[in-house]
Amino acid sequence: MRYSLASLIRNGLRGNRDWPEAWRSAAPRDRYDAVVIGGGGHGLATAYYLAKEHGFQNVALLEKGWIGGGNTGRNTTNVRSDYMFPESAALYDFALRLYEDLAKDINFNIMLSQRGWMTLIHDHHQLDAARHKANWLACNGVDGEIIGTDEVVEMLPLLNVHRNPRYPVLGAFLQRRGGTIRHDAVAWGYARAADRLGVDIIENCAVEGFETAGGLIRAVNTSRGRIEAPVFGMAVAGHSSVIADMAGFRLPVTSMCLQAMVSEPLKPLLNHVVISPATGVYINQTQKGELVMGGVLDLYHSYGQRGTFPTIEKVVTAAVEMFPAFAGMRLMRHWAGIVDIVPDSSPILGATPIGNFYINCGWGTGGFKAIPAGGYMLAHSMATGKPHPLIRDFGLDRFRTNRLVDEGAAAGIAH
Amino acid sequence: MIIIRCPYCHEDRHEEELEYGGEADIARPTPPAQATDDAWTDYLYMRTNPRGVHFEQWCCRAGCGQWFKVARHTVTHDITEVIRYEDRFAYQKDRDA
Repeated sequence: MRYSLASLIRNGLRGNRDWPEAWRSAAPRDRYDAVVIGGGGHGLATAYYLAKEHGFQNVALLEKGWIGGGNTGRNTTNVRSDYMFPESAALYDFALRLYEDLAKDINFNIMLSQRGWMTLIHDHHQLDAARHKANWLACNGVDGEIIGTDEVVEMLPLLNVHRNPRYPVLGAFLQRRGGTIRHDAVAWGYARAADRLGVDIIENCAVEGFETAGGLIRAVNTSRGRIEAPVFGMAVAGHSSVIADMAGFRLPVTSMCLQAMVSEPLKPLLNHVVISPATGVYINQTQKGELVMGGVLDLYHSYGQRGTFPTIEKVVTAAVEMFPAFAGMRLMRHWAGIVDIVPDSSPILGATPIGNFYINCGWGTGGFKAIPAGGYMLAHSMATGKPHPLIRDFGLDRFRTNRLVDEGAAAGIAH
Repeated sequence: MIIIRCPYCHEDRHEEELEYGGEADIARPTPPAQATDDAWTDYLYMRTNPRGVHFEQWCCRAGCGQWFKVARHTVTHDITEVIRYEDRFAYQKDRDA
């Protein structure tokens, strides 16, 4: 069923009892034309673009848990494309442009809210760095500007700038096209759109190993049986090393825990996404009214998808330092996801040492904003066997040739 | 929260008092001039990133300042071995024996 005003009214009049399920609960078949491992945003987008852009009609998407239950449902929903290096800016802005048209493309309201993504500037060094970045963005053709304290105060009336703050605000770097998206909607929308193009979305299906022959993968063994395919792709973020280990190659990835938390719902009081590198917090208000806050990484290897009290304390005290009025609110939920940190903070996309196995990983703390591009690029690699021109510099081989893309703007705050 | 007893000063330190140093026992290829690009890539960038027991190094940063080595499970954070920097993990001793 196509979602529209007419379908909304028709189903509403029938008491909303007849909505069909958004995607089929598929059982795995023995053989597909392509298998995508990972049912988060990147994997779902890969399956969707394989079907839509490359005409694949037999695609399986394997998810060990449930759709959107990993990092796609655990991030702070921010999107932006203010990256410094030309190759990063091209890739991330491609993602943002796809996001801007995505609701229409997949007939699903992803609740894109380009409310402005703002990094507070607290000292003169940060101001210099922000000017430097704004110049880079101008050269890259991506929007981004520096605004003064008066404009910041107008946009953030609750911000602590008046009472002799520990972190004075000299202005902010602002990308007006940045903002937030309902993250579950991205997963569900891509899943439904891929399903409508014939992709089998197979949940509760964990990869357990691969069968190889002649340097290629012939089949994947899963908790729901053996599946053959001529080409495989994976987009499993923090668990990339686990799958790569099964396939027999190494990655320059460190898995770490990134935490976030939300307050109880409040009336609208924060209209923009605010990041403060000095206090170490990023914060925005959801359409439901909750304040979503995130902080820095837990700086040790971890696959434990749960948070810790030191991080709650740091994030909450930073938020209250910036917005004293938040001191009275209560936290409602707190969680963590496992992200894939690489030495140069840039994604790893395309070929692996296994000829018919392609990867999409290494987005680290910023994978959500890149979902449409990550999926588009992995689909391109799987369908054509070649890297898309936009990812020429992001291959795994860059660690061998030492041509790193050391993207200083990858994280809004210093992790 | 991770709490480790430093094998030098014998105090319990929690993760905010410690500094993490990544995988333990990564040796620079020798002699450097004869190491291949693959060997350098492995040394510089490639890491064991297990979902399970990880052999790693920590520094007693807020305490005595010594680096030491730890075997820790990366999901449960259970710590099974804490040894001084010059010591070897049990699996290494078994391998040598």
